[in-house]
Amino acid sequence: MRVIGGTHPAGVACASPNVAGVFVIRALLPLCLLLTVASASAQVQRSRPEIPLTPAQERQYRALLPQLRCLVCQDESLSDSQAPLAGDLRYEVRGLVARGRSDVQVKRYLVQRYGDFVLFKPPFKPSTWLLWAGPFLIAAVALSTVAVYLRRRVRRPLPDAAVDPESLRRLLDQER
Amino acid sequence: MRRLAYLLPLAVLAGLVGLFAVGLHRDPSRVPSPLLDKPAPASTLPVLETSGQVVQPPDMKLSALRGQPLLVNFFASWCVACRDEHDFLLQLAREHSVRIVGIDYKDTDQAARRWLADNGDPYALVLADRLGDAGIDWGVYGVPETFVIDAAGVIRYKQIGPLTEADFRAHVAPLLGSG
Amino acid sequence: MISELGHFALMLALGLALVQAGAPLIGYRRRQPRWLATAVSAAQAQFLAVVVAYACLTYAFVTCDFSVAYVAANDHTQLPLAYRISAVWGAHEGSLLLWVTVLAIWTLAVSLFNRRLPREIGALVLGVLGLISIGFLLFMLLTSDPFVRAYPVPAEGHGLNPVLQDPGLAMHPPMLYMGYVGFSVAFAFAIAALISGRLDTAWARWTRPWTTAAWMFLTLGITLGSWWAYNELGWGGWWFWDPVENASFMPWLAGTALVHSLAVTEKRGLLKSWTVLLAILTFSLSLLGTFLVRSGVLVSVHAFAEDPSRGLFVLCFLGVVVGTALLLFAWRAPKLVTEGEVRLVSREGLLLLNNAFLAACAGAVLLGTLYPLVIDALQLGKISVGPPYFNAVFAPLFVPLIVLVGFAAVLGWKRGRLRESLRRLRWPAAVAVLIAALLPLALVHRNTLAVAAGCLLGAWALATALAEIVRRLRGREWLPALAATSRSIWGMTAAHAGLGLWAIGVALALGFSAERDLRLAPGAMVNVAGYQFAFQGTEQVQGPNYSAQRGSVLVSYNGETIAQLHPEKRNYPAAGQVMTESAVSWNLARDLYVSLGSGYDDGSWSLRLYVKPGVRLIWLGGVLMFCGGLLAISDRRYRLAMRATAAVADEAVAA
Repeated sequence: MRVIGGTHPAGVACASPNVAGVFVIRALLPLCLLLTVASASAQVQRSRPEIPLTPAQERQYRALLPQLRCLVCQDESLSDSQAPLAGDLRYEVRGLVARGRSDVQVKRYLVQRYGDFVLFKPPFKPSTWLLWAGPFLIAAVALSTVAVYLRRRVRRPLPDAAVDPESLRRLLDQER
Repeated sequence: MRRLAYLLPLAVLAGLVGLFAVGLHRDPSRVPSPLLDKPAPASTLPVLETSGQVVQPPDMKLSALRGQPLLVNFFASWCVACRDEHDFLLQLAREHSVRIVGIDYKDTDQAARRWLADNGDPYALVLADRLGDAGIDWGVYGVPETFVIDAAGVIRYKQIGPLTEADFRAHVAPLLGSG
Repeated sequence: MISELGHFALMLALGLALVQAGAPLIGYRRRQPRWLATAVSAAQAQFLAVVVAYACLTYAFVTCDFSVAYVAANDHTQLPLAYRISAVWGAHEGSLLLWVTVLAIWTLAVSLFNRRLPREIGALVLGVLGLISIGFLLFMLLTSDPFVRAYPVPAEGHGLNPVLQDPGLAMHPPMLYMGYVGFSVAFAFAIAALISGRLDTAWARWTRPWTTAAWMFLTLGITLGSWWAYNELGWGGWWFWDPVENASFMPWLAGTALVHSLAVTEKRGLLKSWTVLLAILTFSLSLLGTFLVRSGVLVSVHAFAEDPSRGLFVLCFLGVVVGTALLLFAWRAPKLVTEGEVRLVSREGLLLLNNAFLAACAGAVLLGTLYPLVIDALQLGKISVGPPYFNAVFAPLFVPLIVLVGFAAVLGWKRGRLRESLRRLRWPAAVAVLIAALLPLALVHRNTLAVAAGCLLGAWALATALAEIVRRLRGREWLPALAATSRSIWGMTAAHAGLGLWAIGVALALGFSAERDLRLAPGAMVNVAGYQFAFQGTEQVQGPNYSAQRGSVLVSYNGETIAQLHPEKRNYPAAGQVMTESAVSWNLARDLYVSLGSGYDDGSWSLRLYVKPGVRLIWLGGVLMFCGGLLAISDRRYRLAMRATAAVADEAVAA
């Protein structure tokens, strides 16, 4: 499979044979970065007028970008990605922010077009209840297991036979 | 009961392996469109005149094309995968008389004209999305992508990546036949 | 010729691994000491065979032998020598060979250092390691042979991916693998304990240094990876919560829990079945990481369709190895009864809480990483689980751990004295509050509640660790007092201090990073967080295997020049790729970071400028944790104790 500039990400664009499957942190992501640089030259990029933002809007815009996922380099946010589509979407988001749209409205605009996939922070709805509650459920189960364990253990005396002289000596060493 | 607790990790493993076995057969990068079964976006785009024809009016509203089912195909002259599906699109237009509207995505008009002259023109109509704005409205995130629109102007299917004959038979042909 | 030799060596290694795995298991069953002894020789011979294979591939890379397909795909005649050597593990097949080589190194170490273990335990451990080796050798030989010939022989190779041409990344995979694969030793010990039924404090003492060693390499590997990503990716991030990172972070969390629960099992003989389970889970998570990265079920950017057999193979292997281990666990573990009193206010009580929170952290990362896959498999749509999610759920679970760390040194085993402990923590607590209030002011001349809270946590861990050192040295001669304290205590102190530094670094970097992303003409100047960045233009420079646009950015503060930075935009013609090389000027207080975006016809460039206070502390903390591990495994009690128990065990056998 050869690298093809600007083609569809589904199965083609962001991969190349010599690195696909490298067992290395983030080997895949920068690869995407590289290729989209190449594809950017293939695509026709027209420069568009800068959209001016007020300082408050600029802050809103900067805070929004990392929460939105680039659809081409799918491990990058819109703030990081150099894919041409990410540039277009940044421009779109900038325009929406300039027109006074709220965070929720901007996200809704993107979700209507690309689905929940564009949100790096998944929405809270029935299919994600478990996702959001899960970590805290796990913590609760773990802590209650500890509590039960401690309650069962608290009054059980240490039988002498369980201590070999050597470990006793080590315990004493440790206390010192 | 106590014994069962020791089997719990094994049960979790079984669940995970099952999950991965399913996951191995799915492509995680394909993002289904939320636009399915919704009316096609009403983008208005300039018509790209090909082979000397002059079309009036110069701009075209996509929603005006309703009345019979059609394919909307996003393509570009710089896109290599588009070349791969092009022959099949030509065949569709020729042999199955499928109406295909091409949307030339982030491209120059001259390059697209040359490309269509060189490779053949399967499109009933070509519209130019020079900045990629229509692409965003349609949720396009790469080319080629192909949408099936029914007679009522509702999106019924989206093909991500090149349209192959197998995909056409499985997903597209039934929609065109019934629509 | 060389490639055939390498291929042959791999097959030989497979044969030897079969002996290494089979002989001890049969020998154990038939109580044949001679069979057991075979394991050691087989393990050492297998090591030699694997090293020969590895050397062959390295030789092929160094000499640019493009008749080997893998070399042709990843090597280039213009590639500098150091990167030719590191290119061996630059892609799938070679990194798998590195995996197997690292496993052989660990196996050799076990066969050398564990001569004093009871014979059957040592042999069983080698046997289990042999089984794992068989799996990976088969994986390589059946689906990913690095020695396959290319025909016709290409005149030039494709070259190593430019992003991998970085010293940080060259060292990152070997360290990471030392960690991942090192947990296989703890796993093997756990299986040996379940088979033999011998699971006591001595077992914990044998297992502990191996686990700590693996943990410290993994810590260093992750730290290097983070540092590399920061330098090389061009947008100043140091952690991204992407599936590949999570794949390495989950074994780290489980391994950290294991290191702590082993302490309880060693000192108190408690938590036996939990410790064994953790040892199994930690290595399972390493295997899971391998699967996630190589199968493409999660990371979308490499095409899965290339070779589905690889993903399937790892999945089957994972299922068999982990399934067997957990089945053995379900069968044998209920018989492991432990006696003894445990109180919450004691070191073991503390460690129980530590394990509970670490398990929850690992669970949270696992859940977040796999959830999109679950939703997709259930046809409920596609969702993304990214940094905002992980930051939101991970922080509340990780913060208690840092709080707990402060009590580590002051609470004794069995029955801690709460009041006295709290009294001893008064001073460190006061120091921590002071640091939290003043450090941000000193560095960036302002403070916020969030940053102060983060710094308070980090300073708490740091100050309590330092207080422990002060306490042990106070009123005594320095050197004897240093020597009198066991190195495992120093190790713990260093690791906890490292955690503190890390937390302070995270708080500062998250809270006070300043960033500008803008287009500058040569001669233009811009202010970021009080620093003046003057863009002086770019020039064309030539590297060994790339050409680059080299920018010059002069940074000054209060009119005084403090750094001259040269970010580059490199073009690697062999790979046909463009690569951003950022430039960083750093000290412990802050990083000044510049990377080039794209150039324009009029000579102006888009630049990314960052000022990141405290970001170095994040990696320094990781390095300190590594040093802590190093100190802990050099503790003399492991060496002495090993000798003593072996003597006892031999007597028992003789009797």
